[in-house]
Amino acid sequence: MLLLERRPVASSVMRWASPLLALVLTVITGFILFLVIGKDPVEGLKFFFITPISDLPGLAELGLKMAPLLLCAAGLTVCYKAKLWNIGAEGHFLMGALGASVMAVQLSAVSGFWVLPVVLLTGVLGGMFWAAIAAGLKTHLHCNEILTTIMLNYIALNLLLYVVHGPLKDPYGFGFPQSIMFAESALLPALIEGTRLHLGLAFGLLAAVAVWVLFARSFIGFQLSVIGQDHRAAAFAGFRVRQLTWFAFLVGGATAGLAGASEVTGPIGQLVPQVSPGYGYTAIIVVFLGRMHAVGIVAASALLALTFIGGEILQIAMQMPKAVTALFQGLLLFYLLTCDAFIHYRIRLKKAAPQPRSAAVAAAPQEV
Amino acid sequence: MGLCMTAAIRLKLENIVKEYPGCRANDGIDLTVEAGEIHALLGENGAGKSTLMKVIYGVVQPDQGRIVWNGHAVHVDNPAQARRMGIGMVFQHFSLFETLTVAENIALSLPPDEARNRSQLNQRISEVSERYGMELDPRRYISTLSVGERQRVEIVRCLIQETTLLILDEPTSVLTPQEVTSLFATLRTLSKEGCSILFISHKLEEVRSLCHTATVLRQGRVSGDCQPAEISASEIARLMVGDDTPISTQVTAAEPGETLLEVRSLDWKSKDPFGTSLDNVNLDLHKGEIVGIAGVAGNGQDELLKALSGEIRADAGTISLSGQNIQTLFPDQRRKLGVAIVPEERLGRGAVPDMSLADNALLTASGQGLVERGLIRSRRVREFSREVIRRFGVRCTGENSTAGSLSGGNLQKYIIGREALQNPRLLVASHPTWGVDVGSAVAIHESLVKLRDEGAAILLISEDLDELYQLCNRLGALCDGRLSPLAPTSELHIEQLGQWMAGEFESTEVAHAVA
Repeated sequence: MLLLERRPVASSVMRWASPLLALVLTVITGFILFLVIGKDPVEGLKFFFITPISDLPGLAELGLKMAPLLLCAAGLTVCYKAKLWNIGAEGHFLMGALGASVMAVQLSAVSGFWVLPVVLLTGVLGGMFWAAIAAGLKTHLHCNEILTTIMLNYIALNLLLYVVHGPLKDPYGFGFPQSIMFAESALLPALIEGTRLHLGLAFGLLAAVAVWVLFARSFIGFQLSVIGQDHRAAAFAGFRVRQLTWFAFLVGGATAGLAGASEVTGPIGQLVPQVSPGYGYTAIIVVFLGRMHAVGIVAASALLALTFIGGEILQIAMQMPKAVTALFQGLLLFYLLTCDAFIHYRIRLKKAAPQPRSAAVAAAPQEV
Repeated sequence: MGLCMTAAIRLKLENIVKEYPGCRANDGIDLTVEAGEIHALLGENGAGKSTLMKVIYGVVQPDQGRIVWNGHAVHVDNPAQARRMGIGMVFQHFSLFETLTVAENIALSLPPDEARNRSQLNQRISEVSERYGMELDPRRYISTLSVGERQRVEIVRCLIQETTLLILDEPTSVLTPQEVTSLFATLRTLSKEGCSILFISHKLEEVRSLCHTATVLRQGRVSGDCQPAEISASEIARLMVGDDTPISTQVTAAEPGETLLEVRSLDWKSKDPFGTSLDNVNLDLHKGEIVGIAGVAGNGQDELLKALSGEIRADAGTISLSGQNIQTLFPDQRRKLGVAIVPEERLGRGAVPDMSLADNALLTASGQGLVERGLIRSRRVREFSREVIRRFGVRCTGENSTAGSLSGGNLQKYIIGREALQNPRLLVASHPTWGVDVGSAVAIHESLVKLRDEGAAILLISEDLDELYQLCNRLGALCDGRLSPLAPTSELHIEQLGQWMAGEFESTEVAHAVA
């Protein structure tokens, strides 16, 4: 009989094996799904996982999608380490994109090296402002951050739609809901000439390094971890939980805001309604898949970036529906959470209970 | 074996084995309880006492072994069956509904037809409680009862169900000395009438005065059977802890110096309706002395500790350290001024379970040069941690072991060491040896005395009166958030302390004693 029992100590092997196991299970399930719907599974998986990264432009595209994921995930890691369940990276991202676009449109007639930093900074501030609302609601009114950040995501999206359909709409855009194209001085330089890969990826990698330093070396990172693991120990030690909560939210807002700003000043070059295919939400998966560790989130953001591109290729090459990306992401998260159970638990084969010798024993041995 | 059993043997356990992941809680235990016998089950925390009780009461099923009840081998599936057989148990934490009356609580555990006739039930409760000297009004609400009275409700509930084996899990830990005396009188009456009693405890003197026989457990096995009245407490302690552990501390007299801590009319109102508020607490503490605060759990001990540590901020009154008011400071700011705290919960407040010992050193000792310009100096943290481990004899695999992997006693030594190495001027320790093995308890007592001799002022909050009398040179008691006067230990009779624990003191008396 199978028995799920608690391990005496959490398994450190499983902690890192779990994401890999989840990936394998996702691939196997994908294989079966392709079979069921009558597509060639080997071909399908190849289009999904291999084709996108088989040449330089493909790799550049991967880096392009990685950038926003990595930035959002870096900020979320800071929140999640402290068990502040900020689901609002999508909202921060949209507000970052919105803020940067407003500033870029304002500065469309000027040129100068300072234009881009100002535009990006406005995006950062936009994200921070949105995160600050959730932080304030949590620290002063004890509102659950999961609910507030999700709701703020929808408000941000509608705000963006309003602006792009209204004040910022390009008057010569044939009625399309989009802003004017930004001036050259407000655009991010390319990282590799001839590809769309831009400086955003460098921001993302820097953010990952910063997260690593924060949690491996700094006292603030330590305090955040203590808050996450043991609220009463944090109170006992005298850590300023309220200030640290603000810190985590503001970092989360800043990085996601920068991601949004980098997206509109990078590959898109203007504000459009579909500025995010759900980067802020996917970043949540990245953080958990990457074990809230800097190196892990870099690898995980690459993998999740692949699901976006792979999904697009499958749509074109095999006429699969758009939902295939979300399907793979969902499978991955589902298997990850399942496999994570085995960090703290293990399966044991239960021997049949020993038969008592005395015939006087009233009841049969207990079966579990 | 079962054939030659006499009717006088009420319960016989043979070779009981119960295994949990990573630990064999009961490893082949034999135990015999005769009718009318008061049988002590002794052992340190983790020796397997509670598991064995749960096996008898049907809460858990043994992996191996036989239970023989009144001559018949039985299988106890659940507590309900145990109760039908005549086994009653009073847990350390009572299972009573605060918002119901005594009679209603008792009715809940009776068969429906007996529970329905309330007036008859009330009469039975009164009869039983009177007969065994446990005054109880069936119509009173549980929330208005003292802890001792609640325990009576639990015992009466067992007796009404015609219990022939009563299991009491550490029953005296929540009682004042007077209440203990009256409980023992009740238990002796019960025993004379043929009811067997299994008395779980680690307080040796109590066991010696009450119990006919004792079974001592150590690490899941029976380490000895004895007649506790016949042998000395230290001989019993030997059976509990094994051969190579010291079992007591020699405490030299304290030489108190000038006043360090002054607490004046401290008030704090609890936001929890069932919580305890602090009410006009006054306290003086001198350098080089240990002052003990006795009291039954939940009478404001934790609140007092938190008010001193800074985890809660009192509504009124002052706390001053060498004349400096620290009332408005945060815990870490107070720590910088030399305040060290050892909280009651060592895992989950004093230490983070999943973090390494080194990281746990950083929890309170960050001010000892372990953090520079916001960055952690890992090498120094590890050195500090190793120093604590070495100086305080913490048994572990090194500073990278997680706090949760240490035994209670070792973790407590680590926490006390962490605070002691910061050269505190004031140490407030709450229940420092609760649930700790005897060897570690001795080491902890020694380090407290050493700190005292180095000139620190120590406030010791404890429920263990032996500990308080042994270590402290002044004693007082907390009851319902009020602090009694403090009296020199040598002049304070235990009866007087018991009255203070029950709240029998005048607030004016306290004010007078302080002034």
